[in-house]
Amino acid sequence: MAGIVGYGAYAPRYRIKVEEIAKVWGADAPSYKRGLKLVEKSVPAPDQDVITMSVEASRNALRRARIDPADIGAVYVGSESHPYAVKPSGTVVGEAIGATPNIHCADLEFACKAGSEGMFIALSLIDAGKMEYALAIGADTSQGAPGDALEYSAAAGAAAFIFGAKNTVADVEHTFSFMTDTPDFWRREYMYYPRHAGRFTGVPAYFKHVTGCATAILDMAGMKPEDFDYAVFHQPNGKFPLTVGKKLGFTDKQMEPGLLCPRLGNTYSGSSPMGLTAVLDIAKPGQSVFMCSYGSGAGSDGFIFRITDHITGVQDLALKTTDYLDKNQVYLEYGAYAKYRKKIRLGE
Amino acid sequence: MSTSARYWREIPQRYRYEASKCKGCGAVWFPPRLICSACGKKEFEDVVLPGTGKVKTFTVIRVAPSEFSDEAPYAIGIVDLDGGPAIQCQIADCAPEDLKTGMAVKIEFRKVKQEGEAGIINYGFKAVPVL
Ligand SMILES: [Zn+2]
Repeated sequence: MAGIVGYGAYAPRYRIKVEEIAKVWGADAPSYKRGLKLVEKSVPAPDQDVITMSVEASRNALRRARIDPADIGAVYVGSESHPYAVKPSGTVVGEAIGATPNIHCADLEFACKAGSEGMFIALSLIDAGKMEYALAIGADTSQGAPGDALEYSAAAGAAAFIFGAKNTVADVEHTFSFMTDTPDFWRREYMYYPRHAGRFTGVPAYFKHVTGCATAILDMAGMKPEDFDYAVFHQPNGKFPLTVGKKLGFTDKQMEPGLLCPRLGNTYSGSSPMGLTAVLDIAKPGQSVFMCSYGSGAGSDGFIFRITDHITGVQDLALKTTDYLDKNQVYLEYGAYAKYRKKIRLGE
Repeated sequence: MSTSARYWREIPQRYRYEASKCKGCGAVWFPPRLICSACGKKEFEDVVLPGTGKVKTFTVIRVAPSEFSDEAPYAIGIVDLDGGPAIQCQIADCAPEDLKTGMAVKIEFRKVKQEGEAGIINYGFKAVPVL
């Protein structure tokens, strides 16, 4: 099977702490911090959206892939917060990175799973021999309604992967997808904020699909959790991925390098893909990586990667995911955050 | 002519920072020119502007035109690109009081403006402090 030839992430520099949100709504910050393992989340600047972050993540992926962008045959942007209701994000991204006009392009949407969806399609096109390279991006600038539990986690970030058949840094050994119709989280057209089914988002939604997908792909590969060096799960909060991982037999040590949610928040379509970029930043040749996304509605895409010898030559060619997490954060108070996220309705 | 059409024509410069380099004297022009202002020659090669530089000078806009009023106060500056020409652009992700001349910046892709709530979003480059 084909694999990843270049990868990159992007996160905005603005942050808001859980305490700052809890203070406004009279909520109990320690319960969010302990219960959901959330510390702070990223906030996009007023001039950032899914398109701008996708371009920056893709440029990082191109720096590592060291290919001519004109050789990219497809651009897929997975998101639930595309800037336009009608007008593709992918065309702007393709134009900005110099991949147009000879490309296939599509915007994908599947709640938090749209990024891994694009990865699966890009990989499949390379496997089918249809093109030399295909670019898949997962990005979101998610919004939670003010005061809703989701407001503590809904964050912004992007991850981009260029798939190809030659000079791969991580080969895909297996993929598996697991889907059912499950009404756990949704947003109707013209609605500003999503709705969710409270506790129903846990067991019948996240845990059922992640467990179903993970169990099946491990079975298909004939592998056990202890055969992996790293495991990355979708991260709606800091607690769910660790809980489902432990139930499956993975350890904290395998999961911690890819667990970004406590400091980054839930970047929705960017969530497990960004976790994967953080793992690729530190992975060594020969290591194996397990990844399982989750998108409400609902389903999971599973991937098993084997790291190749080429990884060490590309890791330092672009900013690392932890650089975006750890350097030069600017902390916002709730007022500035509400203005940046357009939670304040202005008079005419 | 609508602003959308003008925005569309400028995509190579706004999105990909494409400039022209004079084949006669090597001067780099952004946006590209038809005649070199330095030596008068008319032959150019396409080059892409370097993505990093230093703030040469800046001014802070506190009373902004309506399409930028959400962002005020914000800084507009001239950035000396590393090994390239100087460009004028907004300097984002930095409070005006933290801005200094000589500060290292990089070029990032950002929303520059939008043509109202229902109009086209104009994307382009801005300078931001390096991480
Ligand atoms: Zn000249």
